[in-house]
Amino acid sequence: MRREGSPWTGLWAVFFKEMADHLTGLRMRILEGLILLSALAAVYTGTQTLRQTVGEDPYLYLRLLTTAQDPLPSFVGFLSFFVPLAAIALAFDAVNGEYARGTLSRILSQPIYRDALLFGKFLAGLGTLAVLLTALFLLVVGLGLFTLGVPPGGEEMARAFLFLLATLAYAGFWLALGLLFSVLFRQPATAALAAIGVWLFFAVFFPILTDLAANALLLQADPLDPESQLRQASLALWISRLSPNTLYAETLTAVLNPAVRSLGPILITQLEGAVLGTPLPLSQSLLLIWPQLTGLMALVILLFTLAYVAFQRQEVRA
Amino acid sequence: MAVIETHGLTKRYGRVVAVEDLNLEVKEGEVFGLLGPNGSGKTTTILMLLGLTEPTRGEARVLGLDPMREPLKVKSQVGYLPDQVGFYGELTAWENLRYTTRLLGLPEAEARARIEEVLKRMGLWEVRDRKVSAFSRGMRQRLGLAEVLLKRPKVAILDEPTLGLDPEAAREFLELIKGLRAEGITILLSSHLLHQVQEVCDRVGLFHKGHLALLGTVEELAQRVLGGGYEILVEASPGLEEAFRRLEGVARVAAEGGRYRILSSRDLRPELARIAVEQGELLSLSLRRPSLDEVYAHYFKEVAHAA
Ligand SMILES: Nc1ncnc2c1ncn2[C@@H]1O[C@H](COP(=O)(O)OP(=O)(O)OP(=O)(O)O)[C@@H](O)[C@H]1O
Ligand SMILES: [Mg+2]
Repeated sequence: MRREGSPWTGLWAVFFKEMADHLTGLRMRILEGLILLSALAAVYTGTQTLRQTVGEDPYLYLRLLTTAQDPLPSFVGFLSFFVPLAAIALAFDAVNGEYARGTLSRILSQPIYRDALLFGKFLAGLGTLAVLLTALFLLVVGLGLFTLGVPPGGEEMARAFLFLLATLAYAGFWLALGLLFSVLFRQPATAALAAIGVWLFFAVFFPILTDLAANALLLQADPLDPESQLRQASLALWISRLSPNTLYAETLTAVLNPAVRSLGPILITQLEGAVLGTPLPLSQSLLLIWPQLTGLMALVILLFTLAYVAFQRQEVRA
Repeated sequence: MAVIETHGLTKRYGRVVAVEDLNLEVKEGEVFGLLGPNGSGKTTTILMLLGLTEPTRGEARVLGLDPMREPLKVKSQVGYLPDQVGFYGELTAWENLRYTTRLLGLPEAEARARIEEVLKRMGLWEVRDRKVSAFSRGMRQRLGLAEVLLKRPKVAILDEPTLGLDPEAAREFLELIKGLRAEGITILLSSHLLHQVQEVCDRVGLFHKGHLALLGTVEELAQRVLGGGYEILVEASPGLEEAFRRLEGVARVAAEGGRYRILSSRDLRPELARIAVEQGELLSLSLRRPSLDEVYAHYFKEVAHAA
């Protein structure tokens, strides 16, 4: 049956309300505090290590983002740890919270479609994280300017911008997951736990599983036939790319380290004529990560679609 | 003109029949009451009228529109007060209504004016800046009605509007509902509190296990279920029972000493008075509207017997 009227009526009303809720909410304060502290710590260690090499490195700021010093991880390491948590924290009670407060049937009796409510909530989460990430990034650059005394170059900024974009796509995955669980589970606590379970799975167990799978696959390869070994190795790589974490990590590697020229196994013949260690131009790095970036976005769209379908079929009463 | 119309409207949840073959017509400016025990399908009917639940079969027309095909047009003209109305507790009353006006797409100035108007009308203007989490049940309910009025609806659908209100608050709320009728808003309300329904509704529909068992004015229902639309109380000399019963139009006579309770199909007060005076003395005579409570109790007792 054809529905009449735009599915996006009321989208911006929902977006601005949710965004205001996020930005003024206590939950966000806590997240901001956490992320800010860890960012400061990371940048501090980064600048400590980098001080000695200022002037030699053309990608100083990218180094600043990626340098780790035991026991502290790099800024990027911190972010990839916190961004999923922040995204889940923003989304896990998006829909079931409306049920619990008894507001859903009242809101849906206004002239809007459910599409606008769900998408507005998703966009608001993404917008909130974008604001947060941008603020954080500007803070880091500011601190860098202050401690290193060198302004960042144009290409560096472009790469940093790409990094932000990729992080947002990665956040989108966890946001869509949280939203899906908030539709599927009536208890916000259950939804939060389930989402954190998935996050733990991809962060801890998935790498172990892919390692095991890779080993098993290599054992199957003919030890005398390098081509079959290569085939098995790329298969293992593809399996590991089923995880959003792998996609994100690969994207970051290529974006933040211009010297990276491939994200898979390289044959020695492919390196013929290459000057090792020379940085790749931005456009080439972008080409390199394009599949990863689109893969990540496809995952986001898939999850959001699942949440959408589940929400459309749900009864409005609790 | 019929504002709400349904033809063979049916909703099943798996094997559970929530509403079966409902044919209903609510006229413009009417106050219509949906009655029935818990789980008899009142809320389900309301949700289908708003396009919030898809009917399994049949169709509904609200203001001539199909709520499944054109839900936005229907919902912009129909106000709905859900049975467990909830608001965002961390926002103030004013902010909650402001969100609704944004969803309605009202321009800023218009929105402010309307919010002020409805809050004043519901007696909530003084507490507009208080967080809704600090509101009592009655205040929430009034805020719910304020929200319904925000869209200047042609039709208001109220699901158990007096649920959980104390008698005084419930009475005040009914006054507010009567005020809406005076404005010409068509009202569909569901309730368990029969004497309240009787007080405000022009017509009622009685649901039983998803079927619309009875439909009409309270007098019509009393006629059908009790056999008489008029209830007359007489206090006179004892022993007049037989004489009263012989009168044409009398359905039932219950006597207790000198007190008689007579159910009849028309107003028999003159005839009753004459008999009482001729055969003894008449102490008092009064006509009572038959109460919906009695109709309801009697109907479900019969249903239980038949089963
Ligand atoms: N989501 C659902 N899944 C299965 N059955 C449902 C669902 N929602 C309602 N029902 C069933 O539909 C029937 C009608 O319910 P409905 O809520 O319309 O009754 P009601 O008349 O509003 O009752 P009450 O007076 O308690 O509010 C009930 O038997 C109920 O169990
Ligand atoms: Mg109900």
